[in-house]
Amino acid sequence: MSYLTIRNLSANLKGRPDRILRNVSLQVAAGEVRGLVGESGAGKSMIGKAILGTLPLSIEITGGEIILDGTDLLKLPPAQRRTRIGQFCALIPQDPLTALNPSRRIGPQITNRLVDILRWTRADAEKRARELLAEVHIPDPERVMRSYPHELSGGMRQRILIASAFAAEPKLIVADEPTTALDVTVQKQILKLIAEMQARHGTALLFVTHDLGVVSKVCQSLSVLYGGLVLEDSRMTDFFHAPKHPYSRALLAATPKYTDPDGSLTPVPDAVVAATRAEVEAADRSAHV
Amino acid sequence: MQLLQSVLTRLFTTLITLIGVAVIVFFVIRVVPGTPIAMMLPPGATEDDVARLTALYGLDKSIPQQFLIWLSGTLHGDFGTSITTRQPVLALVLSRLPATLELSIMALVIATAIGGFMALTGTRLRGTKTEAAIDISNGMALSVPDFLWGLILILGFGVLIPIFHISGRISPSLDLPFTSNFYLFESVLRLRFDLWADIVAHMFMPALALAIPLAAIIGQLLKQSLKETMHLDYVTLARTKGYGENHVILHEALPNAILPTLTLVGVQFTFLIGGTVIIERLFSYEGLGNMAIDAVINRDLPLIQGIVILFAVIFTAVNLLVDLCYAALNPRLRHA
Repeated sequence: MSYLTIRNLSANLKGRPDRILRNVSLQVAAGEVRGLVGESGAGKSMIGKAILGTLPLSIEITGGEIILDGTDLLKLPPAQRRTRIGQFCALIPQDPLTALNPSRRIGPQITNRLVDILRWTRADAEKRARELLAEVHIPDPERVMRSYPHELSGGMRQRILIASAFAAEPKLIVADEPTTALDVTVQKQILKLIAEMQARHGTALLFVTHDLGVVSKVCQSLSVLYGGLVLEDSRMTDFFHAPKHPYSRALLAATPKYTDPDGSLTPVPDAVVAATRAEVEAADRSAHV
Repeated sequence: MQLLQSVLTRLFTTLITLIGVAVIVFFVIRVVPGTPIAMMLPPGATEDDVARLTALYGLDKSIPQQFLIWLSGTLHGDFGTSITTRQPVLALVLSRLPATLELSIMALVIATAIGGFMALTGTRLRGTKTEAAIDISNGMALSVPDFLWGLILILGFGVLIPIFHISGRISPSLDLPFTSNFYLFESVLRLRFDLWADIVAHMFMPALALAIPLAAIIGQLLKQSLKETMHLDYVTLARTKGYGENHVILHEALPNAILPTLTLVGVQFTFLIGGTVIIERLFSYEGLGNMAIDAVINRDLPLIQGIVILFAVIFTAVNLLVDLCYAALNPRLRHA
């Protein structure tokens, strides 16, 4: 039984025919890590935003269902939907430098959800925050909780954001390119940390990224997106051995290999892009009929 | 420690600024034509009368000599004697200062309240017709200067619907128990709310006239920086935690968005104090500004100098205060 089921989700630029998501369907089982890959503009981040209710005002959902633990989020009144998301979901954001409020100390930024939304006592929430910071290998949690974001490094801040995401023991975490903004050396540590935390807490994870290398390390299954359309939905092992869609094959071939540092970069061939684009347009036509 | 040092540096630069202001004012008002003596003597006074009075006020000496005499007096706390009223300038000026301070602060409070409300409402309802209406009214409020707002208010709430007083600071028929000139403040301390209401009914329109353009500036800038802040990642993250729009605006966006507005309010507040000169005249409000106009008309040189120096002191004090507030609100500056 999957924890999150997205069925035929479509989204448009408000008041315009530009489609952002085209009948997207995907499932994330409880405790599963699913990768969501695609190039920039493929709509992968938009799916994450649609789940968490943070789509920009200029984008509207035109159809479909986002079913979280048996309830369609899109059918809930806004306030209820927000609280439900706050209780059962969390976000690991892309850029740790902008994702913490510069005018507030770290402690309250971790505990605020527990105290304000989940009605924990402040003492319990602070105890939990200290435990979590230790769990993400932050030395001296007490001091860090009293610090302001500008006093900490990018890697530290991403660790804090990961700790904060796990604070309320959510059932689903959306990680939106959580390593893209970091140095390569830090990237690996953070990736390892996310995998470690996910395994320990058994949280379902939707991992949004453009990096197949990252996907291969942490995910059990993945969805490949192009132009807001899901091209392929596979188990991880199947995907790397026998990708179903020509675009996936080209994407896989285009991924630089650490084993071959001198190899030239292979772009996705134009013919494949053209064929995929035609497929997206065909999907639109069949939707209109 | 560092804070103390920066405050001391500021006080030192302030002192230099004040000396500069003093020099400029002293020479400029002596270069423009017209003397206080001509204003004081009745028609038909003889050359001798003029010479006698000129010598009495020390105006026969050369301008640099006069400056030195004035400067040494000032440094000892003696700002000279007003030519028209024959009272010490310092006492005169300080007796009027509370009225102007109360008026300016009331205007600032009104402007912050209106401007803040506009900005928060506009942000909460962004993309709606209400936001457009707020933008339009901000534009209108900005394009009309404060003295015109004064005239409009007098016409509206002084003449057509007379609910406020249009002149003076307090009704002359009232017995005043006050020991200071901070009438508004003291009326609250003495719990004399009857007097307080009368003072507010006098102050409200001039304060509002001063406040309207400032409110528009605050509203526009704060709304702009709130809108930019609302797109930042930490605001999005707060939404995913389950917080609603109001909480996100007030607790996540506002503390950061308010910083650029604060700097501007400091600058604009000094303009507002400058604006009291005309507004006080318009409403016959007995403050420094009104006194300044009389002093200029009568060429009361010592009084003009005293008033200008005092205005300069207020300006620098306000700017220092704004910088301190900014440091207190911005954790990145507190430790830097």
